[in-house]
Amino acid sequence: MSVAVRIEAVTKLFGPFPALRGVSLEVEPAELVALLGPSGSGKTTLLRVIAGLEEQNGGRVLFDDIESHRLSLRDRRIGFVFQHYALFRHMTVADNIAYGLKARPRRERPSSEAIRQRVGQLLDLVQLTGLEKRFPGQLSGGQRQRVALARALAIEPRVLLLDEPFGALDARVRKDLRQWLRDVHRRTGHTTLFVTHDQDEALELADRVAILNDGRIEQVGTPDDVYDKPATPFVCGFLGESNRIGVELAGGQAFLGDTPIFPATHNNGRGAADLFVRPQDVRMEPPGGQGLAGVVAAVRRHGAIRRAEVAVAGLARRLDVDLPSAIVPAIGETVGLKIVRATVFGPSA
Amino acid sequence: MQTAAAPRWRQPSILPGFGLALGVTLTALSLVVLIPLAGLVLKAASIGPAEFLAIARAERTVAALRLSFGASFLAALVNAGFGMLIAWVLVRYRFPGRRMVDAAVDLPFAMPTAVAGIALAAIYAPNGWIGAPLDTLGLKVAYTPLGVVVALVFIGLPFVVRTVQPVLEEIEPEVEEAAALLGADRRRTIFTVILPSVFPALATGFVMAFARAVGEYGSVIFIAGNVPMVSEIAPLLIVIRLEQFDYAGAAVVGVLMLAASFVMILLLNLLHGGLRRRLGHV
Repeated sequence: MSVAVRIEAVTKLFGPFPALRGVSLEVEPAELVALLGPSGSGKTTLLRVIAGLEEQNGGRVLFDDIESHRLSLRDRRIGFVFQHYALFRHMTVADNIAYGLKARPRRERPSSEAIRQRVGQLLDLVQLTGLEKRFPGQLSGGQRQRVALARALAIEPRVLLLDEPFGALDARVRKDLRQWLRDVHRRTGHTTLFVTHDQDEALELADRVAILNDGRIEQVGTPDDVYDKPATPFVCGFLGESNRIGVELAGGQAFLGDTPIFPATHNNGRGAADLFVRPQDVRMEPPGGQGLAGVVAAVRRHGAIRRAEVAVAGLARRLDVDLPSAIVPAIGETVGLKIVRATVFGPSA
Repeated sequence: MQTAAAPRWRQPSILPGFGLALGVTLTALSLVVLIPLAGLVLKAASIGPAEFLAIARAERTVAALRLSFGASFLAALVNAGFGMLIAWVLVRYRFPGRRMVDAAVDLPFAMPTAVAGIALAAIYAPNGWIGAPLDTLGLKVAYTPLGVVVALVFIGLPFVVRTVQPVLEEIEPEVEEAAALLGADRRRTIFTVILPSVFPALATGFVMAFARAVGEYGSVIFIAGNVPMVSEIAPLLIVIRLEQFDYAGAAVVGVLMLAASFVMILLLNLLHGGLRRRLGHV
């Protein structure tokens, strides 16, 4: 079985502070994997360990089953794209892209004609044909990042690593570059890992998403998996929006005070638990039913949908509830709430 | 020198102050630099072109000017290499005593140049701490043109270090990491990535060290030995002429130095102004 990158129980300390606490991950050839997490979760450190820019304190990194510490930085053949581009300012775009080819030892170095052709192809791929004579200072942020990617691709990397590649760009350019990167990946088929703190970016781009928190991987899975079946409370709270409700579990029911609010049929535990409910999974009903009830405190527009904040007795935070266009509650109106779907984390049987 | 802007001078910014600032600048520049220099040129011109040329072509004048500019150029070259290295060490490494070294770099700025000259002369004299071992190797430093270079290296050193240091500090580590991941070894990284980025600053430091060295007087006269035609620098020749009440002769040498310095510095600035623009900073 082939694995392009295998990370085994990698730990990394910065002084006394652990940045990675035993991270394991396998990446298959041609896969596009996102490392997603809040800042300080260790995702960039993991990427730098894979690249060889940081040395791990424990564990192993293997490329095609070769242990990475046997390889020099050059022999790892890592294409790395930095958040702030790290282009060579005093070189033209063409010279930047050709740098990795010209740096090869003489007998492996392509002829200057071959280098010129390769640079031309790469410029074409990153849609910058005609700008080869420009200097990085004369390009926009999005163009610079594409030069950085072309430069990384020039060495035909074994693995492509991108560190917050769109982090320094404005929202509009980010969206364009996202689609474009997806497209480039489909055409070139490089095994790719990218770091991001933007969940939309990770869910939209990646084949699989690895969610990091506090130096550990919380969950690895397809975007649908991690979004719909979060494995831990952290993932549940981090991905998308959720209401977190503290409940008591008893007899396959989740109780808020004495009110049964959600049937937790698969969970037979007893005791305190957390119920995570997405705003779109709460239905507003006429008051007087069996379940939850609350008072509408505010209604706001949230992009394409309207969202109500409902104050519920016994809950410190208001519940966010998405509204279908037919329902227009008044502020101060008492409404019933029915939880359609939820994830329970708490005492298991 | 009017402070009111003529119509074709575009107001560079909506913020006021251009007229006042330019007026004060020109006044100050005139009082301190332009008027004294104009006086110098007038004095030199007062003796007539024939005499001017005679003094300018005199063997002693030519030898002094050649030594001043030649030694300054050499010293600035040495400082470019040496200062670059010091700046690199100060920026890249953390070692005990780094702050002391950092402070010591500025000493040539602060020390009375005569003190520096006497100290250098004592150490590099044939019986001095460094002069004695060099003497056994057949190398004389003090009281030769080489001594002039040593003194000029001393006074010019801080210029290169202080111009290169901030630029080196600014180079992002990512740029070097990128080069390494693209397969460049350390040597290649230094020559293709680091040196080209600091080159404009290095050139600025070189020009400043050179300019400072050309005009240096105090430290050189103690170590040079001041043998006419051999180790006599142009500023000393000016002082000698003044002591002989030959004011016009002194002025002629002064004007020659002024012209040569101005042309050389202008050329160097133009040269690296072009470089800077290409690199996209300033």
